[in-house]
Amino acid sequence: MALDTTDDTRDLARLIEDVLEAYPTKARKNRAKHLGVSQPVLDDDAEPDPAAHARAPGIGSACDGVKSNTRSLPGVMTVRGCAFAGSKGVVWGPVKDMVHISHGPVGCGHYTWGQRRNYAVGTTGVDSFVAMQITTDFQEKDIVFGGDKKLSATIDEIRTLFPLANGITIQSECPVGLIGDDIEGVARKKVTEHGITMVPVRCEGFRGVSQSLGHHIANDTIRDWVLEPNAAKHEAAEVGPYAVSVIGDYNIGGDAWASRKLLEEIGLEVVGNWSGDATLAEIERAPRGKLNLIHCYRSMNYICRHMEETYGVPWMEYNFFGPSQIAASLRAIAARFDATIQENAERVIARYQPMVDSILAKYRPRLEGKSVMLYVGGLRPRHVITAYEDLGMVIAGTGYEFAHGDDYKRTGHYVPQGTLIYDDATGFELEKFIEQVRPDLVGSGIKEKYPVQKMGIPFRQMHSWDYSGPYHGYDGFAVFARDMDLAVNSPVWALFDAPWQPAAEPATA
Amino acid sequence: MTALRQIAFYGKGGIGKSTTSQNTLAALVELDQRILIVGCDPKADSTRLILNAKAQDTVLHMAAEMGSVEDLEVEDVLRTGYKGIRCVESGGPEPGVGCAGRGVITAINFLEENGAYDDVDYVSYDVLGDVVCGGFAMPIRENKAQEIYIVMSGEMMALYAANNISKGILKYATSGSVRLGGLICNERQTDREIDLSEALAAKLGTKLIHFVPRDNVVQRAELRRMTVLQYAPDSQQADEYRALATKIHENSGKGVIPTPISMDELEEMLLEFGLMQSEEDRLKAIAEAEAKVAA
Repeated sequence: MALDTTDDTRDLARLIEDVLEAYPTKARKNRAKHLGVSQPVLDDDAEPDPAAHARAPGIGSACDGVKSNTRSLPGVMTVRGCAFAGSKGVVWGPVKDMVHISHGPVGCGHYTWGQRRNYAVGTTGVDSFVAMQITTDFQEKDIVFGGDKKLSATIDEIRTLFPLANGITIQSECPVGLIGDDIEGVARKKVTEHGITMVPVRCEGFRGVSQSLGHHIANDTIRDWVLEPNAAKHEAAEVGPYAVSVIGDYNIGGDAWASRKLLEEIGLEVVGNWSGDATLAEIERAPRGKLNLIHCYRSMNYICRHMEETYGVPWMEYNFFGPSQIAASLRAIAARFDATIQENAERVIARYQPMVDSILAKYRPRLEGKSVMLYVGGLRPRHVITAYEDLGMVIAGTGYEFAHGDDYKRTGHYVPQGTLIYDDATGFELEKFIEQVRPDLVGSGIKEKYPVQKMGIPFRQMHSWDYSGPYHGYDGFAVFARDMDLAVNSPVWALFDAPWQPAAEPATA
Repeated sequence: MTALRQIAFYGKGGIGKSTTSQNTLAALVELDQRILIVGCDPKADSTRLILNAKAQDTVLHMAAEMGSVEDLEVEDVLRTGYKGIRCVESGGPEPGVGCAGRGVITAINFLEENGAYDDVDYVSYDVLGDVVCGGFAMPIRENKAQEIYIVMSGEMMALYAANNISKGILKYATSGSVRLGGLICNERQTDREIDLSEALAAKLGTKLIHFVPRDNVVQRAELRRMTVLQYAPDSQQADEYRALATKIHENSGKGVIPTPISMDELEEMLLEFGLMQSEEDRLKAIAEAEAKVAA
């Protein structure tokens, strides 16, 4: 069904121009800056990513030509979220032994309830609260008279109902910022009264241009309301010489478990995983770790930089998608430790090699040469690329919803020159690109899924792993390979044309 | 029954809006008008002189007590005062918390939806000092008040506020039916007060509808929680308010779209009236003073 597309840069540049043609002048000028084709590398000053460097042949292209992290245009369909989504949905929400209050009217908390598949082990309502939706449910009178009293009462109720909750976060919805409630004042008072951690987060949805600012604000509150006030706790934590914290693994479909297993197998002690399946204690003791391993750089680099500056904990990025990157990352991580760990890493890689070989033997012939277009959040548009390449697939285009310039710099580590790059793509652009490029698979979110499938193109959700997962680690790769094969080679695509109509040529440009 | 007439009083904080409006409305009753006063101020002191007491049951406090505004009945908050004037206060949060503007919106919507405006000839809104946000512009918006009366004086900041309020009216006049009814000068005994007020009215494209002279009887009445009309109905001041009430009553439909002026124009006007020094004069005065000290 897919057309023979060319990876000729000029064709892609013309495609971008054609798509931009539909916009009014001002919008066209704005959007033109967010679309591009990856260019040849001119200089060598891209920020180093040890895992990517370990991979031959090194930096693939320059992708930082596109503009990012700016306001979406009014009138276009953007799939971006808001600061509340970034804090409550991504950074804080997965911390399982804390109660997260959606502070404001009921909708923000209710319609984000259970939307992210961040798994956690525990007994819901006793020592795990991830599956619950707790809100202050603002009414008109709370807007008019202020919501601090209600927040205070909510916190007291939570203490009574859930005595084993180790902390409470206050996730501000828009009205809290508009009416100027003093949530920090309430939090300080409640810390004294209840003696547990309180974290007021000013993540009102109207702040910033996407969920990205919410990540940053949430990171800052980890610094101000967890690490700093609990200095005594992390100073007292006893950790061994191989203690590491995994930062930015949200345990989507069990990702963190598949990752932790590998790190433990090479002999490291994972003292914390932020924030999928995390406890507050894992966050509190991180400053004592020997190394911070960042998976989702976009959402958690801020706190890693802080821990490096303040507590001297170094950090490095790694990538556990697909066997090439897993092996490269395990080696790069091991290189930060002694020979024992390095030997362990080689042993672990060797031990999983037969498994990798059997996965590739089974799926690679079925997926070889198939093209993929990705459009995801702030990390995966680059990180999952090599997992596809391990299966013999080719990346036709990739883009981020809410990346910044440093993400596009890093993207060059992963994509070859001549790849279509789109930042904060509008619904229209994405649809046109997919229609013209006609890849064999699209990996994006739920909002894109059905339009793409109606175009006759296989689709996998790459935010939620389409209710599957894990995709991290060797175990995850087995699931990933199976899922991509299920999507691409489903017999349903052979039934796409109506049987009563003569086989039509696919629509051409 | 004639069509409902809605008016509103705006002006700088402390200028005497509530006093002037209550006295005027008390006089308007004598013209056989049925009146509803809607106080739009969290302090809830817009109906004190009519009720001879501070209103205790404001819309928002009652609503908060009962759970929500939907649980509230008009009878719970409507009070009748001097000569049958009906009074209601929106109420609102204590200073520094919550959103008083949202409170005004909630209260006005509640009153409209629940028939508080039935069987009256006049609804008068008394709005707090400055139009700080959308909530306090509520009476100007959505075709509520037809005419806005700005209470002002010859003081610079009062003139400045009057001009600013005109900007607010202009914004909504083009999209709705609100008009500037005129300026009411509440005498402060500043220099050339009437002239200045009339000059500003001319600049704004409106008129000085009445000049209310200063009289201690107002203060004496207020201390007794009364309007002058009730406390000293035969006084000269009561007649002033009667005159103002008549003018407002006859001003129906004669409001204008204001033409607010820039800050520079306003300052120029004050210079003309000798109330402000020009920059050159000011520098000259400083130089002279310094020379004097040096000598």
